[in-house]
Formats: sequence, structure tokens, C-alpha cells
Amino acid sequence: MSDALVLSNISKSFGSVRALDGISFSVPEQSIAVLMGPSGCGKTTALRCIAGFERPESGEIVSGEKVLSSESIFLRPEARHIGFVPQEGALFPHLTVGENIAFGLPKGRERNDRVAQVLALVELDGFEKRKPHELSGGQQQRVALARALAPRPAIVLMDEPFSALDAALRPEVCAQVTQALRAEKTTAIVVTHDRDEALSIADQLVVMLNGKVQCVGTPIEIYQQQHNDEVQALLGDAKVVRGQLQGESVTTEDGTYAVTNAQSNDGVVDVIIRKQPVSVYKPKTD
Amino acid sequence: MSRLRAATGSVPPVLALVAVLGALLSIVPLLYLVIQATSDGLSNVATEIFDDATLALVGRSLLLCVVVTSLCAVIGTTAAFLCVRTNLPFRRILFVALALPLTMPSYVAAYAWVAERPNLAGFWGATLVLTSISFPFVMLPVAAAMRRLDSRHEEVGRSLGRTPVNLAFTLTLRQIRPSLTAGSLLVALYVLSDFGAVATMRYESFTWSIYGAYRAGFNPTRAATLSLLLVLIALAIVVGEEFARGRANLASVGSTTDRPPSTLDLHTWRWPTFAALLLVPIVALLLPILFIWQWFSEGASRNNNWSELFNAFGSTLWVAFLATAVTMLFAIPIALVAARIAKKWALATDRAVFVLHALPGLVVGLGVVAVGIRALPGLYQKIPMLIAAYVILYLSLAVGSIRASIERTPSSIDDAALSLGSSRLEVFRRITLPVAAPGILSGAALVFLTVAKELPATILLKPTGFETLATELWTRTTVFEFGAAAPYAIALILVAMIPTAFLSVRGWQ
Repeated sequence: MSDALVLSNISKSFGSVRALDGISFSVPEQSIAVLMGPSGCGKTTALRCIAGFERPESGEIVSGEKVLSSESIFLRPEARHIGFVPQEGALFPHLTVGENIAFGLPKGRERNDRVAQVLALVELDGFEKRKPHELSGGQQQRVALARALAPRPAIVLMDEPFSALDAALRPEVCAQVTQALRAEKTTAIVVTHDRDEALSIADQLVVMLNGKVQCVGTPIEIYQQQHNDEVQALLGDAKVVRGQLQGESVTTEDGTYAVTNAQSNDGVVDVIIRKQPVSVYKPKTD
Repeated sequence: MSRLRAATGSVPPVLALVAVLGALLSIVPLLYLVIQATSDGLSNVATEIFDDATLALVGRSLLLCVVVTSLCAVIGTTAAFLCVRTNLPFRRILFVALALPLTMPSYVAAYAWVAERPNLAGFWGATLVLTSISFPFVMLPVAAAMRRLDSRHEEVGRSLGRTPVNLAFTLTLRQIRPSLTAGSLLVALYVLSDFGAVATMRYESFTWSIYGAYRAGFNPTRAATLSLLLVLIALAIVVGEEFARGRANLASVGSTTDRPPSTLDLHTWRWPTFAALLLVPIVALLLPILFIWQWFSEGASRNNNWSELFNAFGSTLWVAFLATAVTMLFAIPIALVAARIAKKWALATDRAVFVLHALPGLVVGLGVVAVGIRALPGLYQKIPMLIAAYVILYLSLAVGSIRASIERTPSSIDDAALSLGSSRLEVFRRITLPVAAPGILSGAALVFLTVAKELPATILLKPTGFETLATELWTRTTVFEFGAAAPYAIALILVAMIPTAFLSVRGWQ
């Protein structure tokens, strides 16, 4: 598969702070890449450089055949055809859901059809007339995604898309979003600091620390590699084992586990098992 | 203003009584105005209103209103945009300089212009003066709205293929619309109710004609009828604004970012734009002051009557002091009731005060005159009546300021004091008053300064032979003694304008 986006050696400083220190990675077409790292690691800056809200000092960003940014070229955000979903969605508060989604579409008869289509994609059929403040956080986030997807962008960027949602709500919205992205066959780059989130949606994981890319690969590849202490702390302790996936559960040598949102068909799979804190209590004595 | 708070506390009964009494008393003049207007029968009222002269008057007032409001909307929004969203040089200082004309009394600015350029008198002079002192009514709220804008909305718009210029109209303008219409409403009401500028420029608008009807033929019935018509038109504008604003709920969804709105780089246009915008405070502020100074230095050689100036100075401070004291006496209980009690009578008390503040000074003045003629002839054109008019006009200034500072402290503090054995009056004296002291002081200062420059009610109600700085300036301007008027204009700038500006600057920044 060819690459939808290639970043080579991108650097960006704010005053004396070097936010991006020569980062390079590429994102294959129709895949979901996750930029993961602690706050201040430069992941949001990378996203803003790709969107065109910041201009890198050096390096090149290429989307397909199109050079978005280089020493001599800087394409304005509106000419890039890259969708952007900011934190908490940032819906236009004075417009209805339908008007929000139609904002990036040319006027014409197909406009309403496309609005209905992307709304169906995020499972919000018939929400056109609602106002943003009438929606729950998860619904707002999905409308924001629909708005970004509507003009059929080459790539969609999402900045901490689930951070404002209730923890209990996250897996569900997360699954809906991934589904919508796959249905539209869109390439997506998602920024997050949340490890669980990253693992559950990433085809490709880009781990960033201190303005540098530390490692790139599928989640399995990354957990099979050796890392320095800082990256290891970020990823958390885990081991990769072989397992047999059967519907909603997977059987490994350590036991059988429930699975949600599996990214593979039934059969032999690789399983990442991460260390979680456990609670210990004094045994009940009668 | 959220009025849906739960009942939050109690108020000493004595103070509650004073509050209600104050609100009731301040409505009396308006009632007397109605009685005065209808004294010759209702058919007479209709004849007065549908008189050709009256309709022409409505037309002239609305024309001035529309032209000035439109100019203010354009200048105010442009100035706000340039100061908040671009990299204009010295934009912070420029912003304060742009807001300062708001503190200039309209008749002082009008005097300065008409003295220097007599052919400005009439529509264009009134337009120039009213626009130059009231565009900050639009600029200040619009600038505040622009500072609150969420930068992410623009970024999303760009990523959806819209250019910055397109977004300025489809996104930014729509998001600042509530502030823009609210500011324009203030301008429209100000233009309708202003007396000083139109009278000095001799433009026959409503207020000027009301004054004429009252003074020339001493026709109090026509004056009262026109006053009520003016109030109705103002009311119609307020209702119209409600419609223009719509029911748009613009509360931002989710929390806002810490990323400030992006600023537009003006590149080579930075300095030319700065120079162009600088013209506004030059015309609105610097030129009038310069003109006044010229007349002053010329007039000074002609041996001014300094004792008259000092008398007027003393009288101004004296009535301003009296009016402030009486205003505070009512304002503190009203603010307390408004802040602490969520019942209908408390809300009504508060609202009454604010509605009265929206009335033109001339109308309130005439209402008090009507009371004087019909009910209390012994007090007509005596100091107490003048003070009463001031109190009615500016009660809301003080209430607003005091209420804000009372609301900053939770009523649970009062409860704590009560539980420690204090009586409610004691709580008021030992807790509420000290806590609200800053608000009370700034409210008092605001009332004092505003009374010191009041003109129309003062003209109507001042005792014969009693002159304030404002009436002295007015008298001399009407007889074209511009040189003799200059010292009074300068005194007004020193007494009223500079301290008001000083008080306000912190809030604008």
C-alpha cells in the first residue's frame, strides 16, 4: 500500500522550546495512525504542522503527490484538503448540526445528501436540525468527525478526540469513530496521551517523546521491541502472547479473556497483555 | 443576568422597606408625566401625536438614530477587530484612547465643534458629535466578544476549505452579532435620549423639541406627550433588538482552549492602518479639546468672570455630593435586596430602577417638573427636586456596582454570622457593608461624576440663579459666547471626564 502522508525531518521551535526535533514517519493509505506521548512531547504540534496551522522551520510534508510543506512551499490550510477534528469537537455553536456538517461542502443538491450520509455513518441519523448544545459530549465528537469527513478529505486529523468524554463512554465512541473512518476508507492521524485508546484504534503507533519520534510500528511490533526506560514507562509493562480468537473471547496459555473491538478475524492472533494494578483484601473469616 | 438563583438569604426588614420605598418613589414622576399628558383628554393626545410637525419630528430623530448607529456599528467593529485580532502597533494604548471619548459630555464636544466650525450646526454636526462619542458603546462589547472567540472554530473552517476572509463574514461576524446588536442598541437609545449634542447643534430632534415646547410656550402638555412618545419609540427599539438577536444560544460547546484567537498579520499595512485608526481618537477627542483650549486662551485675555466660575464649580460639587449621598441611601438597600432575595418583589424593585435609567434625562426632568406643578408646588425649582431627579436617573449606576460586589461573597457568610448570634442589622453593619465597601465607593464615585456633568434635568429643575458648570456652559453656548464658555468646558473635562476615564480604564483593558 502506498503512503498517504510522509513527514521527513520536520522541526519546529516556539521561542527557545524545540517542540519538534526532526521527526519523520509515514502513514499508509486507509490506515489509522496514532501519535502517542505525554503532554508537551510535540504530538499536537506535529498535527498542527500537517494541518497547516503551523509552519515547520525545516523538513518536508508530502501527501500523495502533493507537497504540503517544504523549504520553499507552504500550502495554506484551506488548500490542503485535510480534515481536522479539534479537542472536544469545537462545533460552531450558532449553527445546527446539519449546517455544521455542510460548512465545508459546495452549495448544491448533493449537499443535503452528503450531510445525511455522513450523519448515518456516525450513527446520528436525523440529527440535522439539532443545535450543538443539545448534544452529549460523545454526540458532539461524532458530529465533529462527520463535519471533517463530509468533503471527503485525503486525511483526517483528530486531536485528543476522546479526552473530554466520560471514561465509561470512551470505548463506545472510540469504536463508532473507528468504524466510521474505516467505512469512509479515510486515512486518519489521531493524537492521544491515553495508552488504552491508542492500542484500541491504532493500525500504526508513533511514540513521541521530547519532540522526537521514539519508535514506529504496529502495536504488536512495538511491544515486542526493546526500549529505553522512558519509552518503556510510557508503554507500560506488557507481554505479547499467541492466542486463539473465538468471537468475543481469546484463549491464551495464561487463560481466557473477554475481547472488545477486535482488529482481527477469528483464528490465531497475537495478544498484548498489559500489567494492571490489582486490589488485595484480607480474607473473610467467619 | 441569571435570575434563576434560589433564594439566597435574608435582609433586615428596615432595609427592605427602604428599598421598596425608593423604587416606588422613583416611579412617581413617570406617572405624573402620564397624568400631565392626558390632562386635556385622550383625544388631545392623539391630535398631538398625529400632528404633521410631530411626525416630521419622529422622522428626523429616527434618521439621526439610524445614521449614527450605522456609523458606530462600522467604526466600532472595525476598531475592535484591528485592536484585538491584528498585529497593529500600540494596539493596547490605542484601544484605551479609542474608548475615552465615551466619557466626554455630548454638549461639551458639540460646543467645541460648533464654536470652531459654525456651519456644522444641524444634522451633520449632530451626527459627527454623537458618532464620535458613542461608537465605543459598540467597540467595547464587540472587542470583548472577539477576545472570547474560540480559535479552533477558525482552524476547523480553514481545514474545511474556507479562506480567512470568507470566515470573517460567515463565522466571526455571526458569532459577535449579539454583542454588536447590544452595542448598537445602546447607541440608538443614547442618540434618542441625548439632549446636549442636538440642542447645541440646533438639530430639531425629539429632545430638542420637547425642550422647546416646554420652554418657549410653556406647553407642559405637549412636552409630556412628546416625552411619552419618545419613551414608546425607545421601547420599540429595545423590543426590536430582542428580535434581531434572535434566540441564538451562543454558549460555547465544551470548554474553551487556552490558545488565544489568531492575530492577522497586516504586513506592510501595519503603519498605514495605525495612522488611519489614529484619526478616530484625533477627531473624537483631541480636536475638541484643542478647540476648547484655543477659545480658552483667547478668552482668558478678555478678563473672565472668575467668581462666577468658582460659584458654578462649588454648586456643581455641592449638588453632586448631595445627590450621591441620597442615591447611596437608596442604592445600598436596593442592591442588597436584589442580590440576596429571589422573590418577585425584589426582582421588580431591581427592574424598576434599571428601566428608569433607560429614560432620557430630559423626560425624567419633565416628570419631576410635573410632580412639582401638580403636587408639590412648594418644592418646584428647589434643590430637593433637582436631587430627586438625579437620584432617579443614576440610582441604577450605583445599584449595579454595589450589587456586583455583594454577590461576590456567598450568603453563607451571613448565615455563619447569624449562627454566631448577630442580629440581621448587625450582620449588615459588620459583614455586608465592609465586604461591599469597594463596590459602594466606586458606585458613589460614578454617580458623583455623572451628576456633575448632567445637563437636561439640571436646566429644567435648577433654582433660579443657581448655576452648575453644565448650565453655565449651556447658557453661554446658546448665546454664542464661545470664549466665555471655554473655562466651563475645561472645568467639566477636569471634574467629570478625566476621573471617569481614570475609573473606567481598568475595566476596558
